[in-house]
Amino acid sequence: MESLNKSIITTNLDKMLNWARSNSIWPLTFGTSCCAIEMMMATGSSHYDLARFGSEVVRVSPRQADVLIVAGTIVKRMVKPLKMLFNQMMEPKYVIATGSCTISGGPFIYNSYTTIRGVDKVIPVDVYVPGCPPRPEALFWGILVLQKMIKKNSLIKSTNNKKPVLAALPEGIMLEEIHDEMKKVLMNKKYL
Amino acid sequence: MNKMTASIEKIYNKYQKFIVENVISKKELRINSENLIDFMYFMRNDSDLKYDILCDHTVVDWVNNNSFDLVYNLYSTEYKNYIIISTTIPRNKPIINTVSGIWRIAEWQEREAYDFFGVLYTDHKDLRRLFLEDDWIGFPLRKDYKDNFMLEM
Amino acid sequence: MAIHLRTLNEVLHSSNKKKTWGTKEYFINMGPQHPSTHGVLRFVLRLEGEVVKEIIPVLGYIHRGIEKIGESVSYRNFVHLTDRCDYLSSIINNWGVSKVVENAMQIETNERIETIRTIFAEIQRLQSHTLWWGVFAMDLGAFTPFLYGFRDREFLTSIVEDTCGSRLTMNYIQPGGVMYDIKPDFSTKIKNYIRYLRPRIDEYEQLVSNNIIIQKRTENVGILSKDDACSYGTTGPVLRASGVPLDLRKDHPYGMYGKVDFSVAVGSVGDCWDRYWVRIEEMRQSLNIIEQLIDNIPPGKHMVMKHTAKIKLPIGYHYDQVETARGILGVFVASDGKDSPYRIHLRSPNFNNLWSITKMAAGLKISDLVAIFSTLDIVMPDVDR
Repeated sequence: MESLNKSIITTNLDKMLNWARSNSIWPLTFGTSCCAIEMMMATGSSHYDLARFGSEVVRVSPRQADVLIVAGTIVKRMVKPLKMLFNQMMEPKYVIATGSCTISGGPFIYNSYTTIRGVDKVIPVDVYVPGCPPRPEALFWGILVLQKMIKKNSLIKSTNNKKPVLAALPEGIMLEEIHDEMKKVLMNKKYL
Repeated sequence: MNKMTASIEKIYNKYQKFIVENVISKKELRINSENLIDFMYFMRNDSDLKYDILCDHTVVDWVNNNSFDLVYNLYSTEYKNYIIISTTIPRNKPIINTVSGIWRIAEWQEREAYDFFGVLYTDHKDLRRLFLEDDWIGFPLRKDYKDNFMLEM
Repeated sequence: MAIHLRTLNEVLHSSNKKKTWGTKEYFINMGPQHPSTHGVLRFVLRLEGEVVKEIIPVLGYIHRGIEKIGESVSYRNFVHLTDRCDYLSSIINNWGVSKVVENAMQIETNERIETIRTIFAEIQRLQSHTLWWGVFAMDLGAFTPFLYGFRDREFLTSIVEDTCGSRLTMNYIQPGGVMYDIKPDFSTKIKNYIRYLRPRIDEYEQLVSNNIIIQKRTENVGILSKDDACSYGTTGPVLRASGVPLDLRKDHPYGMYGKVDFSVAVGSVGDCWDRYWVRIEEMRQSLNIIEQLIDNIPPGKHMVMKHTAKIKLPIGYHYDQVETARGILGVFVASDGKDSPYRIHLRSPNFNNLWSITKMAAGLKISDLVAIFSTLDIVMPDVDR
């Protein structure tokens, strides 16, 4: 199996399949609140057009969609339909979490008895797009990062549930360097 | 404002023993809770008052006085004024009559009050929870509601 | 009959009548995720063939508990949360809370602030109605008006973003004034936009209103009589289409509405066509209002109260209302003299408009239900708060 990983046939097959997959990602319409309007603005309207990146149509049924763009706050009552939708999608499937409500709970963190603080407690997330609500250009950045991640993936290796966003780093910088920098900034009390 | 003061006087004359407090400048009336339905019928059907839209119905939880305050906002489309009516019921026995026979929208507004505070309405057609799941324990908007899930500031 | 509590399962099983001869009734779920863009609403429909016998709306899929959060934040921070209730016209929601605070503390604002507030409220009304028009036509099957509606909304969004800094959740009208002052080229951009949109509305009427399919699908469908509309608590364009001329901008004027000249569109029958026509007329009247105000913005300060001043309302109950694009938004505050409200409650227009669909759509087909629901113009986070 090891020699099969590095042979010329499977790596070329990987490249072709990844190229085909990343250039035609079809999203699923799932918007609960305000971020849904910015998502509709990005995918449907004529000023910002998502179809030029390959997402030609937006599908309603989860059996026909590739990526689930979670836009809007998730509350306790919505967890069961969301899990049902995610389980009905077919592999390979990806998840983009838009807006600060899905990253960490947004403006409704404190004193709310129903808001789930971050959608990655419910389903595995690939890309996080910050903003409240994020601009349509920010959503395009998220989709381009997802395309880069798909191109670096390999078909024969097993996929983990949580993939780190290494594709978004600039060339030549490692993730550990950024962690060290952030620790230095937080230790310096002047910034707090 | 003249029409408003004339109508308040008419309510006084007919229902004087039920009115507890009257704050005319803020358009607010406080009444007893026993004859609520008669009072509301009078407010809607009388030809000089004609309050035909029930704008809002909420509950305020006064923990220190051990009571709930029910607040009704009424609006009249013909005479173009609004009035606020409030009653008080005890906190450990929160039972009151429903007004959904007079205004149909009261069905949903009373379901919301039951969902958040636990106020019980007699003769209501369909009293069940509205926003929370059917098997939720507790009434969230009460002041003494404790929950392990909530994050306090 | 005294108090009787029950659950959703009991409701479904109790209305299942057995018929010995004929077709059988069945339940279908129009679930929280569906192709129309109004938000997460779940209908449980009791159908016989394709005829709808009973609708049971199930709410709570976006209930975030804003009223409980409001009891521990200050009044200025609560304005930031009202943005997220009815996000298609969020500046008008901010005006509701600011109005209550200003009336209770008796703060006087100057004419420049009121003029800017009125102009921005009418811009938000235009944005909301153009988006509604696009989505309404898409629900009935036509996709082209969807693109036109979003394109027109996008022009206004970029003008608003120059002043407020944000595209959707603005947090612009604060108690005591507005957050930022307008830029010098604001009036030229708005005048260009008015010149652009006026002939387009006639063109859109030719495209959609003169279409025979849309006319047949909306005439005499979903009739709501005058008494029913009042008893079911509807306000806004839904109530005006049923024949009741209630508009807070004319009857209890606030801002600069008392000093401009505009008319109120009132329908006669109360069907889907009247609700559609009332909103198209409101777009034209909004353009008239903006045109009368845009040249005469008086000079002055844009914020009367200091940012660090403490806001404490007097003890008692306070209530005030504004007219949003969908109905009357009322803010009720019970205060005990401290920094944060003791109890704050939003009387949301969409929550009170939604109940009337159980009366209107009983006995009609599923396609009529879709047409009626999209003329009601519901935004779900405002229902659930």
